[in-house]
Amino acid sequence: MALLSVNDLRTYFHTRAGVVRAVDGVSFSVDKGETLGIVGESGSGKSVACYSLMGLIPKPPGRIESGTADFDGQDLLKMSEKELNQVRGRRVSMIFQDPMTSLNPYLRVEDQLIEPLLLHGLADKATARKKALEMMEQVGIQGAASRIRMYPHEFSGGMRQRVMIAMALITEPDLLIADEPTTALDVTVQAQILELIKTMQQRMHMAVIFISHDLGVVAGFCDRVNVMYAGRIVESGATQSIYYHPSHPYNEALQRSIPALQPKGHELFTIEGQPPDLTKPLAGCSFAARCAHVSDVCRQGNPALKEMKDGHSTACVRVQEGGLELK
Amino acid sequence: MAELLPQPKMPPAADLFEQAEQGHSLWQDAWHRLRKNHMAVIGGIFILIMGMASFFGPMMVEHGYQEQNLELRETPPSADHWLGTDKLGRDLLSRVLYGGRISLTVGLVATAVSLTIGVLYGTISGYCGGKTDAVMMRLVDILYALPFTIFVILLMVFFGRDIRLMFVAIGAVEWLTMARIVRGQVLSLRKQEFIEACIALGLPMWKIIVRHLAPNVLGPVIVYSTLTIPAVMLLEAFLSFLGLGVQEPMCSWGSLIKEGAEIMEEAPWLLLFPGSLFAATLFSLNFLGDGLRDALDPRASKD
Repeated sequence: MALLSVNDLRTYFHTRAGVVRAVDGVSFSVDKGETLGIVGESGSGKSVACYSLMGLIPKPPGRIESGTADFDGQDLLKMSEKELNQVRGRRVSMIFQDPMTSLNPYLRVEDQLIEPLLLHGLADKATARKKALEMMEQVGIQGAASRIRMYPHEFSGGMRQRVMIAMALITEPDLLIADEPTTALDVTVQAQILELIKTMQQRMHMAVIFISHDLGVVAGFCDRVNVMYAGRIVESGATQSIYYHPSHPYNEALQRSIPALQPKGHELFTIEGQPPDLTKPLAGCSFAARCAHVSDVCRQGNPALKEMKDGHSTACVRVQEGGLELK
Repeated sequence: MAELLPQPKMPPAADLFEQAEQGHSLWQDAWHRLRKNHMAVIGGIFILIMGMASFFGPMMVEHGYQEQNLELRETPPSADHWLGTDKLGRDLLSRVLYGGRISLTVGLVATAVSLTIGVLYGTISGYCGGKTDAVMMRLVDILYALPFTIFVILLMVFFGRDIRLMFVAIGAVEWLTMARIVRGQVLSLRKQEFIEACIALGLPMWKIIVRHLAPNVLGPVIVYSTLTIPAVMLLEAFLSFLGLGVQEPMCSWGSLIKEGAEIMEEAPWLLLFPGSLFAATLFSLNFLGDGLRDALDPRASKD
């Protein structure tokens, strides 16, 4: 039984330049305790998809055109603001990309940490304070007792992200949405934060949706991966399978674009061209214009995600027909 | 040689501990910076003294501000009348202090009025965004275009001359800029991740506005307020100068300056004293405002 199952989510932005189909028919599900990775380039719709679930899409210009998001028997997309506030922060939490701006600069860390507990009536002030201190220690902040009364600007970026994680997890949610939580941090801190999320996840048995554009990070962290391109999921499957048996040319190209520690003079691989303009309706596969394996079938119809084997699905028509072997 | 090198001064261990326990809020940092700004400190002290003098002064001076003594018209400063007397033989010291009371009150009350309306209006406009914002801001644009003097004259004609009306008139005009400033601030704050984080934590809108937006908007608002007070006082002086402001026997610095200017050749002290006090107060307020702006400017902070 899935904890969250999203079905045919479409989030469009109605701008002056036209309708931007940021998320265009996305379906996925997350089980209890599972880690789902969503990878894709900037603008592929991975963040918008998750923001839609949390009711964080600015309306207007954004609008959720269709879809359901069944969370433990309730549809998140049909909830009123008031009902949503019962779920947000209590059962579903979120951490953000930039720890520098995600804490209120004028409030003490302690006051921000206890806010979710007080808000949802889960503890009185004294208990909440005690819990906040425990959380600070659990997320690995040295000298938590003396640092808890400080202000965010007195913490480093990595420390602030730890505080954010403590704040998100203090209510022991069932689901954590992590929107590129390590993008703004340097590599060593990144590894620590990932390790921390993993530990906390095991301790609290929560599910995690991990959004990232970094395939390397996702590989070591997630059970399953969805690859998004131009507002759609183009490939989905177990992490191992996604990496060793890519079955969509986009996924394959993306993996080849990861810069490795190579000798000098080695040309870096890039995907030619730009992601398509999402204001224009697409005929055929959205990746066709940039794909090295493109053929006539790719420009017809609207390729749907189809399961090939063992829960590994692809939206590439040529792979589905068996006419294309990758790697 | 080593002992000749200046040794870094270490604060006592207890102080270090205290700092670690409590942390420094951005307010404390700003206060620290403000205290280092001498002009702002002098300005602040002068305003405090002026405020005390205008508030308590009229109760302590010998002659009442409307006490006429036609024997002593336009006498220069003397032991009995420190700042001299005006054309009706009233004590200038008493009138200057009383005038200061009116001028400062107008400054404070009208600023408070503009602050309340402006902050409320700007926050709602900025937070709601979209069509609400567009409509609310166009209304501000329209009000901006109204000529202020005509607006005040119309008010005076319809409702009669009343000092309370002046508070309303000035406040009603000054809130426009405040609303724009606050709206701009809220607009940029709303996009910050900590506001999104608040929504994601399940905070209702009013709580986000009161607890998270307001303290972040407060800095620019305080700065603008300290700069609005002198602007408002100047407006009041201007209205009084035109004869639209406070009415005899009441007086403000503006009306005193007007009276003084009329007979400045025969009795220059009637212009000199209220004029220089008014100018000094305006200077002080502006210095304080500038100091506050420097102290609260986020770009100057450590981040």
